[in-house]
Amino acid sequence: MDFQVVILAGGFSSNLVPLVSKEVPKALLPVANRPVLSYVLDLLESNNLKDLIVVVEGEDAALKVGGWISSACVDRLHVEVAAVAENVGTAGALRAIAHHLTAKDILIVSGDIVSDIPPGAVAATHRRHDAAVTVMLCAQPVSGPSESGGSGGKDKTKKPACDDIIGLDSLKQFLLYIAKGAEIKKDTRVKKSILCAAGKIEIRSDLMDSHIYAFKRSVLQEVLDQKPAFRSLKEDVLPYLVRTQLRSEIFSDQNNVEENGNGNGKNNMQNNEVVLSQILSNASLPSFHQVYESGLDSRKTNKCCVYIADESKFFVRLNSIQAFMDVNRDVIGDANHLSGYSFSAHHNIVHPSAELGSKTTVGPHCMLGEGSQVGDKCSVKRSVIGRHCRIGSNVKIVNSVVMDHATIGDGCSIQGSVICSNAQLQERVTLRDCQVEAGYVVCAGSEQKGETFARK
Amino acid sequence: MGAQKKGGGARVSEDAVEQSRQRLQAILLADSFATKFRPVTLERPKVLLPIVNVPMIDYTLAWLESAGIEEVFVFCCAHSMQVIEYLEKSEWYSHPNLLVRTIESHKSISAGDALRYMYEQQTETSQIQGDFVLVSGDTVSNMPLADLIKEHRERKKKDEKAIMTMVIKQSKSSPLTHQSRLGTDQLFIAVDPLTKQLLHYEEDKVDHPSGSVCLEKSLLDTNPSVLVCNDMQDCYIDICSPEVLSLFEDNFDYQHLRRHFVKGVLVDDIMGYKIFTHEIHSSYAGRIDNFRSYDTVSKDIIQRWTYPYVPDINFSGNRPLKLGRQGIYRASDVVQSRSADVGASTVIGYGTKIGNGDKISNSVIGNGCSIGSNVVIEGSYIWNNVTIEDGCEIRNAIVCDGVKIRAGAVLQPGVVLSFNVVVGRDFVVPAYSKVSLLQQPTTEDSDEELEYADSSSGTADHLSGLNLQMESKASELGPDGAGYIWEACEGAHDEEWKHSVAPIPKDKLFEITQAIDDDDTDDESVVPTSGELKSDADSINTDVNDPNDDYYYFEKEVEGTVLRAVEENIKVDLVTLEINGLRLSYNMESADCAGATFYSMIKLAVDTPHNSASELYKNAASIITKWKELLGFYVKKIDEQIEVIMKFEEMCQESPKELGPLFTQILHLLYDKDVLQEDAVLRWAEEKAGADEADKVYLKQCETFIQWLKEASEEEDEDDEDEEDD
Repeated sequence: MDFQVVILAGGFSSNLVPLVSKEVPKALLPVANRPVLSYVLDLLESNNLKDLIVVVEGEDAALKVGGWISSACVDRLHVEVAAVAENVGTAGALRAIAHHLTAKDILIVSGDIVSDIPPGAVAATHRRHDAAVTVMLCAQPVSGPSESGGSGGKDKTKKPACDDIIGLDSLKQFLLYIAKGAEIKKDTRVKKSILCAAGKIEIRSDLMDSHIYAFKRSVLQEVLDQKPAFRSLKEDVLPYLVRTQLRSEIFSDQNNVEENGNGNGKNNMQNNEVVLSQILSNASLPSFHQVYESGLDSRKTNKCCVYIADESKFFVRLNSIQAFMDVNRDVIGDANHLSGYSFSAHHNIVHPSAELGSKTTVGPHCMLGEGSQVGDKCSVKRSVIGRHCRIGSNVKIVNSVVMDHATIGDGCSIQGSVICSNAQLQERVTLRDCQVEAGYVVCAGSEQKGETFARK
Repeated sequence: MGAQKKGGGARVSEDAVEQSRQRLQAILLADSFATKFRPVTLERPKVLLPIVNVPMIDYTLAWLESAGIEEVFVFCCAHSMQVIEYLEKSEWYSHPNLLVRTIESHKSISAGDALRYMYEQQTETSQIQGDFVLVSGDTVSNMPLADLIKEHRERKKKDEKAIMTMVIKQSKSSPLTHQSRLGTDQLFIAVDPLTKQLLHYEEDKVDHPSGSVCLEKSLLDTNPSVLVCNDMQDCYIDICSPEVLSLFEDNFDYQHLRRHFVKGVLVDDIMGYKIFTHEIHSSYAGRIDNFRSYDTVSKDIIQRWTYPYVPDINFSGNRPLKLGRQGIYRASDVVQSRSADVGASTVIGYGTKIGNGDKISNSVIGNGCSIGSNVVIEGSYIWNNVTIEDGCEIRNAIVCDGVKIRAGAVLQPGVVLSFNVVVGRDFVVPAYSKVSLLQQPTTEDSDEELEYADSSSGTADHLSGLNLQMESKASELGPDGAGYIWEACEGAHDEEWKHSVAPIPKDKLFEITQAIDDDDTDDESVVPTSGELKSDADSINTDVNDPNDDYYYFEKEVEGTVLRAVEENIKVDLVTLEINGLRLSYNMESADCAGATFYSMIKLAVDTPHNSASELYKNAASIITKWKELLGFYVKKIDEQIEVIMKFEEMCQESPKELGPLFTQILHLLYDKDVLQEDAVLRWAEEKAGADEADKVYLKQCETFIQWLKEASEEEDEDDEDEEDD
């Protein structure tokens, strides 16, 4: 069997309030007028990974996501949607769906990524090293201020502690140390035993865990079973595996025996695998895991590998409002190859059915959805406007996202804001760095900066 | 060196001209400020000890000379006269390219002192004009220095703070013994992979190993990538800028070049000085730090890694030997019996005679030795003028000048025989023993600074006493032998085999392997690597393990507090305050306080001198009466009172003769003084009723008391009822 893919689509993320609601779980938030989940599915499909399980937190959210999936891609992919209880954590979610997992290796992808890094490459690296876990790393985004002055008020220019500290071996093949951003506050402690075995560890703080993992199923399930307290893949399971990679008592050879079908020639099988993986990884020297293993018999090692994505690749996780803004901007801007749309000569996309009033300009890096109407003398720059929006005259929209069916009155000025679907802005509203919840009505003439509009 | 000069001249830029004008200088520390080579170094300075029949300092000087250094300051402390004398006799003083100057200081007891002394001299004479190379006289190397110095200078020009460049070399330490080939401890360094700046330096101390290397967070804040290496070896060759000397002057507590200076510079972010590393790949550099590195470096020399500093080349006025097949170097006048078997990788010096049927392999034999018949020498270092009589067996030993080994004697692996020792006939010198004609100094102090003191100034005194000791020749080496076997000093038992010339025995390796297993699990629980999971099973285990220990220390502390309170008659509320403080810091329950307080009180009573049981009772009674308030503070609840009874029972069980008989009496006393309530006693009795017979001794003892309590309570109940009736 090939890889089984688990997409952890989350539920209603509290980071993204008020953008998410009962109607719109995180996975269905629009990025350039497509649910974010569709980017993940496209990415997987393009890598020929078609056997997917989408795990959603909460029954309601699962229904919504399931509904969308069945309408969007039921013919192309084999997708199962599984609902798990809310707040069980990523490890808990996997525990809950463990009975669905049958393949030898599991690829786990977070449902909120917009990227063009091929997950297939991760799978290949994983297979090549016969690893217990393979982690995809990508360059930490340069967390400078966004090019527009729009986010000045929010001052979210500092990424919310997503710094990972990652230790690699000298060939950048193995993951030897991982700590999460919050721990950057403390001193970094590197285990000497691993350091001794590897000789060198390169500690990097400019790489980021991209939440795409390949696990050996037997290892993953065993960890989940034996450590019921583990809640998060990234914070618990992965560090645990990395820490114990040179002396994993808990993974007996039995797993291999099981999978190889018979206990006879177990060692041969293993040796063959070792040799094979060595040849495949072009290693002229045996990796330190094998050296360590052979040096101290009765020890089992787990290889924790990494795949480091090329720096030119695009990668964003939609896990904050700022990220939502950024990803919308990028997908129709610098990373427009991801959007799947074809751009006009003006570097923008205006749906043929959209109506533009006289003297209205739609600048480059903009998107105007199907059936939307824009009045006279409007100016739209670097913004995404959804389907069937009605926008009055003399409206200025800069660096913003307007979702489907929103109504914007005459003389409004919107900068760096998110207007959710069905929201209504009455005349002469001026918003800067605001979020307007779905269906909310902003009164005429209000002028706001850095506010969140939501019904309590 | 010519190359360097030409290179400098060829460059048209002003700097290059300036640089070429600057003399290349080096400071050579002719003292290691350590005691690893004792007892040999008591009689001869370490730099004059022969390695493959040439004194160590010659290797260092020859290398410096060929690397283009023009002026060397040889800093002599211990046995400075010997060093100076040697240099005077040698051709170094009259060398055309290398100006050798000696600096003598008897006060310096560490490298730090030496450099401070240099600095003081500097103000008067300004000998050091610019960047200099700092090496110790026990370095064997053939690395080129010119480029490195240029690199250092260029970096210095760009960055004022780059004051030192440190030479490192790849050398993976053994995963088992945690030490390098040279017998030094594991080294953990962190380097910026791009600039090669040194960010962290940590030697693994065998004494207190910790499971992880700790990098400060600021490191990672400022550097996106940090290379942590374990497979590097510090060559102790440093290119220093003059600031290094002034830094030593400013920080008078810097003693050790690495432990204090390098660490100090890395930690200090006020001055912002930086140290850079330079990795050498193809050339050789090794420092002879202990007997194991003596062995390793000797072998490297024999195997020509250190070319051109090899025995068949004259590099320092030494008489070159002839290289034969299989790496056998032999002097031209060696008298060797036909039946002698000289194996691979062996060096035999001038004027040495080898008898019939000898078997010699992997060894170095100095000049003027005479070896009898049927002698076996394996992996050993025999210095000059050694006499070995027939039938001796010598394995992995170092034998210094003038030693006599009488017929049939055996040197087990790891033995070091210092100068002029005589091993008696058929005597077996046990493994790892160090033998000297000098008695082991008894004032051995583990304090490092004093050790330094011993090694330099102290040795002079020892030498003066040499003659006296010679008269009363110790004969620990058999009836016709002479020499004292030195005891391994404290804490050195471990180093004995680690730092010896002998290969590590198999059983030791096995032991270490076992230890590693334990280690691993240890550091797992002790260092829950990064705050990943509090609920991790491992950390739970530690939590479970700790309380016992904690309670023990807590009890000790409480005992001390109570004792002091009684002695100094401190007020009760102050004592409670103190005990409460302890309770918080040890995270104890109030019941634990009750137990511990009561324990200390009874212990105090027991410790007070007494003749009979009744006196003991009186002691206890007076203490309890006096301090019942203190106890009362902690025994407000029934549970706490039960804890006290249990504790008391425990104590009685521990000293059944003294306290045992008094159990009931004291229990009664506690009841009388309102420390214990009857409920507590009765509940205790109930709990105990189900226990083993052996546990019930004290329950039985106080049966009547309990009976009486029960009746009393019933009566009270009745009274109550009566009252209610009224």
